[in-house]
Amino acid sequence: MLHADVKLDTLGYFCPMPIIMTLKKIKELTLGQVLEVVSDDEGIKQDMPAWCDTTGHQMVGLEEEQTKSGTIYKAFVKKTK
Amino acid sequence: MTIAQMDPAVALANLQASKPDKVTIVLLSGDMDRAMAAFIIATGAAAMGMQVTVFFTFWGLNTIRRKGAPSSAKDWLRQMFGLLNKGGADSLPLSRFHFWGLGTKMMQKVMKQNRMPGVPELMETALDLGVHFIACTTTMGLMGITKDTLIEGIDQFAGVTTYLAEAKQGSVNLFI
Repeated sequence: MLHADVKLDTLGYFCPMPIIMTLKKIKELTLGQVLEVVSDDEGIKQDMPAWCDTTGHQMVGLEEEQTKSGTIYKAFVKKTK
Repeated sequence: MTIAQMDPAVALANLQASKPDKVTIVLLSGDMDRAMAAFIIATGAAAMGMQVTVFFTFWGLNTIRRKGAPSSAKDWLRQMFGLLNKGGADSLPLSRFHFWGLGTKMMQKVMKQNRMPGVPELMETALDLGVHFIACTTTMGLMGITKDTLIEGIDQFAGVTTYLAEAKQGSVNLFI
């Protein structure tokens, strides 16, 4: 289990909404805090690292969880700028 | 005279450094699906910290027209055209399976059920994220569309050279 300071629920949203919501949320965090983005859009596995690469935030890790309604992805992003 | 051979990796790095992360999109189409693609790319790029400009021309202008805003054209030909060519981001037709509005309504319903934002919401997000909107003045003149019939937030009213000046500096240029 990775540690997160703030959790963001983007369940049910498709691309590009999870990324847009992440962008808005991460502005509220302080440097060094970790944001957990919860999504059921598989695209986030590739999109979140790509977003981190471009914006300079740090991708801490990604967890997958099987639920009754499908796979849920948890992306952990550390605010670094 | 000697010519210094440049390492390709260095050349690429220099090229990338000299090109700002700039995206320009020409939206010619007034179809809902195409406008969706344009705004998804625009908002995605803006979220990645890129500078984004969307140039709205021809049918693409319908996305930034206010719904029900009258045409200000004086001559009857353009007035008729204004009646036929309806604007408004929430009333764009699908490029396929429009079926006199039925197919489009079905698509909008499916999108809502799946919490997928429509063109109006995506457009608002784009404006929020600082995406630059340019309206093509040639099309506006041709179709009798005036500034007061367009939505708020249009940054520029300009022509092809303004677009090209932006596109020249861009690393991603799309025509939709």
